[in-house]
Amino acid sequence: MKFNSKPKSLLVALAIALLLLPFVTDALLGRGWVRIADFAMLYIMLALGLNIVVGLAGLLDLGYIAFFAVGAYCYALTGSPHLALAFPSLLPSGVHLPFWIVLPLAALVAGGFGVLLGAPTLRLRGDYLAIVTLGFGEIIRIFLNNLNAPLNLTNGPQGISRIDPIKVADVSLNTSQEIFGIALPSVHLYFYLFLAFTALVIFISQRLEKSRIGRAWMAIREDEVAASAMGINTRNLKLLAFAMGAMFGGISGTLFAGFQGFVSPESFSLIESIMVLCMVVLGGMGNIAGVILGGVLLALLPEILRHGVVPLQQALFGKTIVDPESLRMLLFGGALIAMMLYRPAGLWPSRVRRRELDTDEAT
Amino acid sequence: MNLLEVEHLEVNYGGIHAVKGIDLHIAPGELVALIGSNGAGKTTTLKTLAGLLHPSGGQIQYDGKSLNDVAAHRRVALGIALVPEGRGVFARLTVAENLLMGAYSRNDRHEITTDLERMYALFPRLAERRDQLAGTLSGGEQQMVAMARALMSRPRLLMLDEPSMGLAPLMVQKIFATIRDIAALGMSILLVEQNARLALQAANRGYVMESGAITLSGASGELLGSDAVQHAYLGR
Repeated sequence: MKFNSKPKSLLVALAIALLLLPFVTDALLGRGWVRIADFAMLYIMLALGLNIVVGLAGLLDLGYIAFFAVGAYCYALTGSPHLALAFPSLLPSGVHLPFWIVLPLAALVAGGFGVLLGAPTLRLRGDYLAIVTLGFGEIIRIFLNNLNAPLNLTNGPQGISRIDPIKVADVSLNTSQEIFGIALPSVHLYFYLFLAFTALVIFISQRLEKSRIGRAWMAIREDEVAASAMGINTRNLKLLAFAMGAMFGGISGTLFAGFQGFVSPESFSLIESIMVLCMVVLGGMGNIAGVILGGVLLALLPEILRHGVVPLQQALFGKTIVDPESLRMLLFGGALIAMMLYRPAGLWPSRVRRRELDTDEAT
Repeated sequence: MNLLEVEHLEVNYGGIHAVKGIDLHIAPGELVALIGSNGAGKTTTLKTLAGLLHPSGGQIQYDGKSLNDVAAHRRVALGIALVPEGRGVFARLTVAENLLMGAYSRNDRHEITTDLERMYALFPRLAERRDQLAGTLSGGEQQMVAMARALMSRPRLLMLDEPSMGLAPLMVQKIFATIRDIAALGMSILLVEQNARLALQAANRGYVMESGAITLSGASGELLGSDAVQHAYLGR
């Protein structure tokens, strides 16, 4: 997506639409859907981060949710009373660092974990890399699940609750605010915060893609030997891709912890990694607009099903025959298979992929 | 002084002693052919010179300095360019983007633009297809992309690995004509080929490699006339 090449008025219209979205959604569908929109933006940030690793650098990462977990637990530990359990005399009320201090630190820690994953896997590609990254994601989750003994660091499967809400200029986003006579509930406030972060992540993604670094990543994706014969330091650039992707994940996770006020290991299971990967692939790998579209669709689809399937069955049969949860995975799988058959490059493929397919048809 | 001086180079690759102490040298402006059958160690030698593989013994001197501890990505900046076996074009990047990747190690933006135009002059076919994806080009055109891309780094030593591989005879003639043109500009070239006759016809000197060792070397004319080469590689 090239915002610059589009008329300014379109961009302004889009911005206004997005600013009004929580109010419209609230009025038409109810407040629960604003919350769903908030989550959708967290997913978009994750998908854009994973797009750097998978879409640009071509490194298949099946454990990406681990970085989301790292970010979330960074803020859960440093913005809640929890650590008082582990160190009662040292930290009687836990640690309560301000969100805006934790955010950059959490991004760095997540980036560090990205390098930690990248360093031993530098020589791996494709399937082998996928297996190692899958293991890495599970290791992080299992650690979080079990680090409640001998010292209770993560509170194990119970998770960490009572996380401090995010504050912007001393205003807690967990309470309704009134600005210029307009009442803004908490979910609306988080919506605008996440919107700002999503815009920032999109901006950074776009700049990266067009940069020298972005082109070097694509060269590595296409042919690693040739890339190093071009003078590209493939080792450092692959590590950088892992680190950058992980940082996006970490930022999203930190926001998640502050928004949710509660984290537990079950939010970071393998299926979440796969979900994010599906967003990247479904939308159109390597194309920012496509990845955003994939994120929106896959974040909304389960909710639409949840809210649509039961009433539909009630209307048709007078009772609920199929549980929406099980139908969700069925439809999801069906949608993915249909995608691979009819739109193999994604719903909104990148310029390059589209041209590739056009040429195939022409010859 | 020689531009490249290789002494007793030994390389182990995939558990095999692929290169067993070879000596070779290239003088400035020379076109040198390295011929030999499949699996003789030619590609391994080239990859080692490019820094993609590490020697287990011996010395590589380039421009009077040891290259042994110089990483692959730094050798490009020193003026060593490799056109890899099987071309290695970046399939999902356009022709123009491929050529720009060749100039990755340079930062003289203005000069890069001029060089790009020079490449299009050298390979008019690529000029027509500059916005096309490299993966959609024919084999010969991809070979042109790989060569132009290597030249974009402004090398002093150009190493070509099997440029004729998989190409139609007419295209092979074209590629070799271009190699001669590039050599005529004064660039040093190390050409690895299975097509011994073509390679020796283009080169000043040649080396014959067999199972990791150099068995013959000399001026191209001598090699072309020698019984051993005629028998083993020219099918007479």
